[in-house]
Formats: sequence, structure tokens, C-alpha cells
Amino acid sequence: MRAILEALKEVSRYKSAVVGLILIAILVLIAIYTVFAIPYSKVIQLWRGGEGIWLENPKNAMPSWVNLFPGTNLPKTIIVSSRNGGEKSLEPLQGGVRKVRISLPFDYSYDGFPKELNLFFEAKYKERQPHLSISWITPDGRKVPLSDRGIKASDYYYISLDAQLTKKLGGQPPQVGLFTDPLAEKPVPFKGRYELVIDGYLFEEGADFEAKLVVYGQVYGLAGTDHLRRDLMLAMLWGTPVALAFGILAALGTTVLTLFIAAAGVWFGGWVDAAIQRITEVNMILPMLPILILVGTLYSRSVWLMLGMVIILSIFGAGIKTYRAMFLQIKQAPYLEAARAYGARNLRIVLRYMVPKAVPTLIPQFVMLIPGYVFLEASLAVLGLGDPILPTWGKVIQDAEVNGALYLGHYYWVLEPSLLLMVTGLGFAMVGFALDRVFNPKLRQI
Amino acid sequence: MAESTTALPGKQRLSVAKRSVALETLGRLVKYVSTRGIALFLAAVIGVYLTILIANMGGYVDQIKIGEIREQVGASVLANPALQGRPASEIKKYVEEQVELEIKRLGLDKPFILRSFKYLTAALSLSLGRSEHLTSDSGSRQVRLILLERLPATLLLWGLADLFLFFASVLFALYLSRRYGSFLDRTVIALAPTSAAPPWFYGIILILIFASVLRILPYGGIVDAPPPRTTLGYTLSVFKHLALPVLAVILASIFITIYNWRTFFLIFSSEDYVEMAKAKGLPSGAIERRYILRPTLPTIITSFALMLIAMWMGGIITETIFVWPGLGRLLYEAIGSFDTPVIVASVVLYAYLLAITVLLLDIIYAIIDPRVRVGGEGKLRL
Repeated sequence: MRAILEALKEVSRYKSAVVGLILIAILVLIAIYTVFAIPYSKVIQLWRGGEGIWLENPKNAMPSWVNLFPGTNLPKTIIVSSRNGGEKSLEPLQGGVRKVRISLPFDYSYDGFPKELNLFFEAKYKERQPHLSISWITPDGRKVPLSDRGIKASDYYYISLDAQLTKKLGGQPPQVGLFTDPLAEKPVPFKGRYELVIDGYLFEEGADFEAKLVVYGQVYGLAGTDHLRRDLMLAMLWGTPVALAFGILAALGTTVLTLFIAAAGVWFGGWVDAAIQRITEVNMILPMLPILILVGTLYSRSVWLMLGMVIILSIFGAGIKTYRAMFLQIKQAPYLEAARAYGARNLRIVLRYMVPKAVPTLIPQFVMLIPGYVFLEASLAVLGLGDPILPTWGKVIQDAEVNGALYLGHYYWVLEPSLLLMVTGLGFAMVGFALDRVFNPKLRQI
Repeated sequence: MAESTTALPGKQRLSVAKRSVALETLGRLVKYVSTRGIALFLAAVIGVYLTILIANMGGYVDQIKIGEIREQVGASVLANPALQGRPASEIKKYVEEQVELEIKRLGLDKPFILRSFKYLTAALSLSLGRSEHLTSDSGSRQVRLILLERLPATLLLWGLADLFLFFASVLFALYLSRRYGSFLDRTVIALAPTSAAPPWFYGIILILIFASVLRILPYGGIVDAPPPRTTLGYTLSVFKHLALPVLAVILASIFITIYNWRTFFLIFSSEDYVEMAKAKGLPSGAIERRYILRPTLPTIITSFALMLIAMWMGGIITETIFVWPGLGRLLYEAIGSFDTPVIVASVVLYAYLLAITVLLLDIIYAIIDPRVRVGGEGKLRL
């Protein structure tokens, strides 16, 4: 314990290591928060649930903070419903028919056009559907009739996809046409109070309906959304524990097992040593990434199976030769002679006398290995072999790649996970470099 | 050699002893090289066999393949006008016959274990056979041709990047080791952790900057479509496409490589004999050549050789990101379409190259590094 504290003190002399430690601490805190705030089952339900859950989110919206750039004022999503923010009035007509007027007003003061316009309905009726007549009132008082339709119990009207309306607006998509001044030369959104008016006719006793207008913005949340309207924040948050767990477990498993195997090989010598050497040679011939891809394509893409494969393939890696050389020296040490003299058993000698001696070299190695494994998980995901259920940073990059984010200009989609990957990699690498210098006195003089 | 001969008086005996020592040394070297050679060959055989097992999922891939064959034959029968209107039983019989034929053609009728050894011997004797799905651009199914067609692209990209990386980093590291602690030196140390990210990562960022935002370099591929007619135009177009991937590969490891070499040289330049040479007043060029580069030569050669092997394999993800038609991407495509012969051929080539390089390294080590003991208990040094 004291040795660890001392090492930490030593490490804190390096500025880069302090920065790295802070980065790691922040990531760990985020990871802990995420696991508790959004439990595993919930994140899977949200991430895999499809468009239904995210219906009110815009597609491929940029993160909201882009509005902080001077001169940028992109629309946020506006939701007005008859239950919240709208007005609803009732007027009985003859013959048991009632007329319901729902007015959904909203203020629009952005420089960009909305991404989409959708209207969602909920209706209560037994046999005869309510009939609606929907119209749009612009700030300058123009009234544009949108549609006349009957609605089912749960219905929608995708205003943006209305081809007839597009034609009526002179070929402009409704989310642009409904917001522009017809006399202006350039399509600039009219600022002011818009209103969507629905005149509904109810033909039955007890029939009723509610309406909700969603004006999809161009920005959403802290991280934006992807092509399936999912909040990217979810993936950014959940990517943290996955990346940290994968990186740390893979590095830990590899270094500890390698160390133990090298120590055992040296101590027992003879055929054990020879077998370990031969296995290392065979393993060297096996290319790691192709094998991982094979396993991912043919067997399973579970992140934990991949973790296991990575550890198995890395144990007999180049590290074993370094440790072996070190243990060959340690084996000659007098205190091992002493241990043998008092009758210590083999396992005890390996575990209590040899392995601890190598720990100083192990710790920096362990920390330096972590970023590699974090990126390995991302690499597999980029190849389409990411975990099938969990959202990870690599999978977001892959989604972005596949959906042409770089061609279409959705840069945030690629940059956010990349930045997080880079921060994680840098954090561990910076600490690792400092540890290397602390634990290897030969480097310290330099 | 001096140890064993100084005790003998007289020039004559000395040279006789020298010759016998040399012979003994040669014998030992041959023995050593042959044992190493056999061990490495066995390692290659086991490695390739394991790959064959994994690439076939222990035979499960065959079921997938038979299913695919059935589907294809079914589709071709539906599309065949000659069979239209025949009775269903006749068509069914025809389908079965075709499936049987196809299974026989691919050799799927024999048990997997038998086939796995057939694959192994074929792979080891480098008769790479025919692919199952992938074809070369000219339409050939010969795995050899498919590999050869992809080789130039891989060698161009990785050769350029790796050779530059190697020489630039060694030379620059030597320069830095002479003036450690300088601003440049500290910058390289500070930048070294950025190499935690792999080339594809830098690739994406570079594509974003140069292709998406600035629009001055292409997103990927190896040449414009349609390719320019003139040789000069073609070459220029290839170089334009080469810029980003090469830069990505270099960026991903230049700082860590320089850092490692620099540290390595620094450790060697703090040895006593270097201090001694400095004290003698030797010029720094001579010190570098004789006292720093010489003892570090084995390491430099190893890293050069390993770099050459890595070059052959290409990079699966980097090539995928840049749509670069190299060996790495081929391997990825082959895995995606369960094309065992192509997968096995890629791995066997890699295994052979690696084994040969390691063996050559062992020999070179023995020759250039007097400290590497070959056999014996240290009485004799090579």
C-alpha cells in the first residue's frame, strides 16, 4: 500500500501524468454514473427499441451546443399538443355532431428550417371516425389548408411527406415552404407565432381526440441524434463503462497471465518451458485480428467472448519473452535458493517470490496496454463486429461510416465517439508513460 | 575466441586451434539453425492448421455453404426457361443432381477432418487452389492470381508508409538523442501518447478534414473513376489517393516510434564505453556509428524485418476505411463470404514469411552479435 502511495507521489511529479489521471478519474466517474443512472436492461431497450421510442426526436440532429457558435441559431424541437400548450374548444352543432377546434400555437425564432413536421393523433370513438380539417396559419396571417382526413384511434399525419402539399407549395418541402415568406427571394424562415388549427367533427357521443404537433429541430440534446433518431448521448455514456471494462480487463488478464506463465516456465524449466516457447511461436504465426474477425463472423460478436479471445491470443505474445529473460535472472537470486532450502513448494515460489519481483515492470506495461485494447474493441466495432446489443463508441463510428456521415456532413456523429476514444487512449497512455519512467530507473536518469 | 586460444603458445598451433574452433562453430551453427528451422516450420504448420479449423468452425461452415448452394441452384432452375413447365418431380430431381454435383465440385462430400488435412498439405505446399466466391478483376478464381492482384496496392501503401516511418524515426531519434531535453525532444515525448490510436482512427479524422471539409483529397479508393488514360495522369491520381492513407499510417505511430528509438539510443549512449569515447575526443559521428549504432544493430534489424512482414499483411481496417484494394481488405472480404481457401492462403503466406524472417533473424543475430551464445555453456562464443 505504501509502495503504491509512493509511486503515486512520484508519478504526480509528471504534469502529463496528472492530466492523464484526471482524465481517467472523470471517465471512471462517468462510467459509474452511467451504470447506475441507465441500467443495462434499460439501455438495451432504449437502444434496440427502434424508432417507436424516439419518434419525437429529429433524425441526424446536431448537438445543441453548436448554437453557441456566434451567428448560429438552429431550431430545437418544438412539441405542442392539445394537452400541453394548445387550446381546445368545443361547439355543438345540429344532429349530435360536435365541432372541436384545436389550436396549436408556437413561437419560431430560429434562422434555420425545421427538419420535419409531424402531427400525431389519439382518438376515442366507437364506429364513426372523427373527421379533421387541418390548416396552417403563418405569422403574417396567411392560412394554408393542409389536409382533410378521418383518423383512427392512434394515427399520424407526416406533414413533411405530404406530396400534394409539396406541389401546392411550389415544389418546396412542407417544412421549408410552410415557414418561408412566399415573396422573399431567398428561403429564410419567417420569425413569429405560427399556429396549426384543427377543426374536428365528432359524430358520436363520448368521442374525442387529441393532437400533438412535433416541429423537429436541427439540434438535439448534448450529443445529437443518429439516423434512427436515437439520442447519441446514450451511446456516449454507455460506451464509457464498456470501453473501460474491455480495456482494463483485457490488459489485466493478459499481463497477469503472461507473467504467471513466464514465471512458471522459467521455474519448472525442461519440457514446460519448451512447451511454452513453442506455443508462443505458434501464436506468433496466428494473426490476431483476422482470427478475431473470423470468430466474430462465424461464432458470436458478444463483447465478452471477444474479450476472452483477445486475452487467449495475447497471453502467449511478445511479452512472454521479455518476462522470461527477466525471470531467468531472478531465478539465480540467492533468496530463491533460500526459499527452496526451507522447503517452499513450487507454486509458492512462483507466486510469492518470482511474480512480485516483476511487478514494477508489469504496472507500466499494464497501463500502456489499456488504450490498445480500448481501440481494439472500437476497431472490431468499426468492422461491423461490435457487440450486437450494447451501444459502444466504435459502433457509433460504424453507424456513422455506413450511413455516410462524412459525405453528408454529419461530422458530430464521428467526432464525438472519436474524441471520447482519444481521451481514453490519451489518459491511460500519459499515465503509462510516466509510470514507465518511475518504475524503470534506467529511463529516469534520461 | 580469444579465451580458448591464448593458452596455446606458437603461431602454428594458434591457427590450427582457430580453424578447429571455426569448424566447431560452424557445426554448432548448422545444428542450431536446423533445430530452429524445424521448430519454426512446425509452428507454422500448427498455426495454419488452427486457422483452417477456425475458418471452418470445425466443419460448420460447410452447412452454411451447402445451404447457399441449394439456394443458388434453386434460383438458377427458376430462371431456366428450358425447365419451365416440366413436372415438379423432374425439376426436384434435377435440383438434387445439381446440388450433388456442386457439393462434389467443392469437395464437401468428404468428412471435414480428411479435407482439413488436404487443405493443410495444399496450403503448405503453396498450391493455393481456387477460391469459392471471390474472383480477381479478370474473373479468375485462382487464389494465387487474386492475391497477386491485391499485392501491389498493399505494398504501395504500406511499403511507402512503413519505410518512411522506419528510416525517418531512426534518423530523427538519433538526432534527438544527441540533444535530449531540447524543446523538440520534449514535444516528441509529449506527443508520444497520441500513438495510442490506430491508423484507421487517424484515417477517419483525415478524411473528415481533407475530403469532407476541405474537399481537396478523395475519400478513398486507389484511382479516380474512370481512371485517367495517360500514365502520368494515372500515377498522379494514384498518388492523390495514396496521400491520406499513408499520412494516417504515419501519424498513428511516428511519435511513439521516435520516442522508443530515442530512449533506446539514450540508454546505449549512457554506457561507460561511450563516455570513454567522448573523453577520447572522438567526433560525434564516429561515436554514433561505432559505439551507439553498432551495439543496437540487432534490434534495428529485428524491427526492420518485423516491419517488412507487417507490410505484407497490410491493414484490414485501414484498407477498409479507405476502400483500398489491398490484401487486408481482401482478407476481410474473404472472411465475410466464408471463402476458406483465400483466408487460409493469406494466413499461410503470412506464416511462411514470418517463420522465414524469424529464422533469418536468428542467423543474423548469431553472426553480428557476439553476445548471443549458440549452444554450449559459454565456453565458446560465436
